[in-house]
Amino acid sequence: MNEAATPLQRLFRVLVTVGPGALWLFLFVLLPTLLVLLASFMSRGPYGELQGPLTLKNYLRLLEPPYLEAFAQSLWVGSLATLLSALLGYPLAFYIARHPRRDLLLFLLLLPFLTNFLIRVYAWLVLLQKEGLVNAFLQAFGLGPLSLYPSFLAVLLATVYTFLPFFVLPVYASVERIDWQLLEAAYDLGARPFRAFLHAVLPQTYPGLFAGGVLVFIPAMGTFVVADLLGAGRVVLIGNLIQQQFGVSRDWAFGAALSVFLMGFVLLSLYLYARLQGERGLEDLV
Amino acid sequence: MRRLLSLHALLVYLFLYLPILVIVALSFNESRRGVRFTGFTLDWYRALFQDPRVLEYFLNTLTVAFVSTLVSTVLGTLLALGLVRYRFPGKGFLRYLLYVPVVVPDVVMGVSLLLLFAFSRELLGFPRLSLLTVILGHITFQVAFVTLVVRSRLLLLDPALEEAARDLGARGLQTFLHVTLPLAWPGVAAGALLALTLSLDDFVVTFFTAGPGATTLPLYIYSSVKLGVSPKVHALSTLVVGLSAFFLALGYALSRRRV
Repeated sequence: MNEAATPLQRLFRVLVTVGPGALWLFLFVLLPTLLVLLASFMSRGPYGELQGPLTLKNYLRLLEPPYLEAFAQSLWVGSLATLLSALLGYPLAFYIARHPRRDLLLFLLLLPFLTNFLIRVYAWLVLLQKEGLVNAFLQAFGLGPLSLYPSFLAVLLATVYTFLPFFVLPVYASVERIDWQLLEAAYDLGARPFRAFLHAVLPQTYPGLFAGGVLVFIPAMGTFVVADLLGAGRVVLIGNLIQQQFGVSRDWAFGAALSVFLMGFVLLSLYLYARLQGERGLEDLV
Repeated sequence: MRRLLSLHALLVYLFLYLPILVIVALSFNESRRGVRFTGFTLDWYRALFQDPRVLEYFLNTLTVAFVSTLVSTVLGTLLALGLVRYRFPGKGFLRYLLYVPVVVPDVVMGVSLLLLFAFSRELLGFPRLSLLTVILGHITFQVAFVTLVVRSRLLLLDPALEEAARDLGARGLQTFLHVTLPLAWPGVAAGALLALTLSLDDFVVTFFTAGPGATTLPLYIYSSVKLGVSPKVHALSTLVVGLSAFFLALGYALSRRRV
């Protein structure tokens, strides 16, 4: 494209455009990642500082029961949140895509999503507390009051609440691209509604379903704020462990090992996703 | 079937709005605890506005958001341009690096920046955890998002337009300022808006990179909420909800006008 440019000019242009951003990414993304990796092989000194020599003991410690349990719980929260998001979000995406005022419905979907993340989580604390609305409602039917907060259920509900639009939007995008003639063809060939949906519609929404699943699963299992505020110690996810190690426990080396582990797991999920969807899929995620 | 879908949608929207509406209602409620509405009051708003710390946190939040958005928009736009227009060694690696802040859980991002600042303090004596480190952290995740948004816009542009400008004798910078940038503008604006939103909303990265004197509103909300239900937080949340509704509606109205 730049036939006129000399190699020197081209080098200059690349340096001016890519240079500052690339330098930033090297300093603040690549370097910190390498430091986390390095720190994960170090140990905690007497004052909570990092010290050598390099060791594998942080990774061996990951295999101890409390940490395995936190990992299992993260997977559990992530999977259940993804499943619930699918149950709530999948039909909703169809409803929105086929509604005459879909602009407005999308707007209404995004509005709560754009209010501060902490406020959205906090709202569930208010709803589920002992004197909250949910318990008031239950008591009207002679039930409760139940102690709904802090609990696993509270964490799960707030997680779904926080990340639901991440699921709806990609599914919506693939519903918009559906070729409905396939459904008619299925009916013409005598398929009943359920079978027609299963074979003519559902496969067309797989890209959206997978993308939505990844977009809910990763933040749901990686966050610590929801479990921190609504689980209040009863629900401990990997994110909470990491926060503890860098906070009160001040064992940065072990915290770094936990971070490497979490990051590795996320990359593995993305790799599997990319295998299912092809390279294109990764770009669609953003 | 259609009926069932409508009912489902109604319930999901109720699920989305109920929590927020409860907070808004409680912010005007006289009673400190519980959901019984005992009377209308503006006391919580008064208490909020009379708290000088809240003003300070608000200004901190704005400072971080504006500085980081400005820097990340410039860096991200240039980077996107370079990635779309030029071939250079290491380009593939750079693109992978760009996805890291997007996919990595924010707690991991927060602790890796904390480690970077700690190592740097050990070796170079700076930076202290402060508003500056918060800004550095925000720019880091913003750059990735701005670059990706601007890049997708640039990929839609017709390269013939730039070639035409060059054929007419425009130099590199002239072409950039008078042709490329105006054409890419919607992408740049969208990227900047996204960066601003991400910064205003961010809690986790701020939590790990902020030091004394660098409290932002999300940090304030977190520390109040840790102590339990607080009507002042209800008032603050209502204001935040109102403001985001206003800006989203504005964007919605503007986008409809363009079509």
